[in-house]
Amino acid sequence: MERYAFISTGNQGALGAVRQFLASLLEKKLVDALLVPLELPTGDNVVPTIVSRPEQIQAANPLAPVMPVNAARLVSRITMISPSPDRLGVVLRPCELRALVELVKLKQASLDKLLLIGVDCFGTYSVNDYEKSAREGSSPTEDLLGRAQGGKEAPMLRKACQICEYPVPMGADLTIGLIGVDLGRGILLVGGTPEGEKVMQELGLEEAKSEERQSAISKLIEERTGKKEALLKQTREEVSGLDKMMATLATCINCHNCKTACPLCYCKECFFDSPVFEFEAEKYLGWAKRKGALRMPNDTLLFHLTRLNHMVVSCVGCGLCTEACPNDIPVSDIFRLVGEQVQKMFDYVPGRSLDEELPLTTFKEEELPDIGM
Amino acid sequence: MAEENEFEPVIVGFFCNWCTATAADLAGTLRMQYPPNVRPIRTMCSGSVDPVYVLRALLGGADGVIVGGCPPGDCHYVNGNYKARRRMAILKTILDTLGLENNRVWIRWISAAEGAKFARTMNEITKSLKKLGPNPISKDWSI
Repeated sequence: MERYAFISTGNQGALGAVRQFLASLLEKKLVDALLVPLELPTGDNVVPTIVSRPEQIQAANPLAPVMPVNAARLVSRITMISPSPDRLGVVLRPCELRALVELVKLKQASLDKLLLIGVDCFGTYSVNDYEKSAREGSSPTEDLLGRAQGGKEAPMLRKACQICEYPVPMGADLTIGLIGVDLGRGILLVGGTPEGEKVMQELGLEEAKSEERQSAISKLIEERTGKKEALLKQTREEVSGLDKMMATLATCINCHNCKTACPLCYCKECFFDSPVFEFEAEKYLGWAKRKGALRMPNDTLLFHLTRLNHMVVSCVGCGLCTEACPNDIPVSDIFRLVGEQVQKMFDYVPGRSLDEELPLTTFKEEELPDIGM
Repeated sequence: MAEENEFEPVIVGFFCNWCTATAADLAGTLRMQYPPNVRPIRTMCSGSVDPVYVLRALLGGADGVIVGGCPPGDCHYVNGNYKARRRMAILKTILDTLGLENNRVWIRWISAAEGAKFARTMNEITKSLKKLGPNPISKDWSI
């Protein structure tokens, strides 16, 4: 049973309430540090930052509609060698939290001493769109929150966000609730675990109710699911078959940036960057001889199909692969299309629960009866 | 009836050492006839076959790939074939979703004593691929 509390600052709206809440966590030493998106002092970007002093929270903005990197990778980077020695609060979007849970299953991150603070997500813009919008003078944060509250379309939202059916974090200790909340007043704080509820008690927050939240969430998920189905149907038509697939990959230059941006691709040395793919000249010339020609760099399709095989089971659809592609290939659409089918085979939702094992690391003795017969 | 220039599929086989490769040997000692189209690769376990090997073969121009392993429950390494089963299922779903012919990728459980089944399976896959025709990827240099 979740515990709710309203946090309101009167006239400073949702962002003011969020800052007040996060600063109080530091002030009351409920956390020793916070990993939270901060507006850069110069320039128009909002980047994940480890904050140790409450004053710095005045620049915090986890509601800004931009996600330059998936913070799950950053939590993994912080906790990989050893778990955090101090209490670290991590403020994460739903896709970041899901990716983090998958990384923990892959033994690439530790949740010890972490306080997981999720944030409802209305979606994000690309880094360039966010910067442009901020330069033009208006606040992208207020613009998006206003549209979300008013039920208006937000055309600048990244495609991956438009089709994301997980706007609410799963498994967080605390969630900064925005959906179904009057953002002019403040935010709804949701305690999702005993740990989170303890923090709410220590903050002395009065318990509240919210009838609107669940129905607003269901409505948003329904809209997103509808969009997802339409988009994935279109994607399937656009990439189905060798010719269309290769047309989509015509501009792929094998830079592997999609893999670098992906929070789930954690291999220190990707198979494709290893000596396995360093061939002698004879090999290249031999292939060119057999087929008459050889596209260089080679193994373009093989890279994507292999990356699908290795990680699509855990793909959370954050879409940063498409953002990272220098030639705007819709990598995220392809991975979500395939990911859905593969995850469906095992009734698996990446990041839904730490108790669910990764499909590739486990098996059932009786399953998949058609394979092998 | 032998037609001139009849299409002969190139098939790459990943056969586990303890079961399927032994069955292949048995088919040989029993002098069973089967088409010579399969290029056998002996792996220690079907569970050691990374899907990338299967893809490499397919994208490299093989008309078909077959992975042979011990039947579920009888893996020499206890559970390698269960993992292979999941991996191949995922590989086939990926190929199917992207409209790339997943019926060129086969997986069969053939245990060590089943020499006849091995020969029969080789026959079956060769016939099936002859009907399917050459892999369009084998001529495509732009992949």
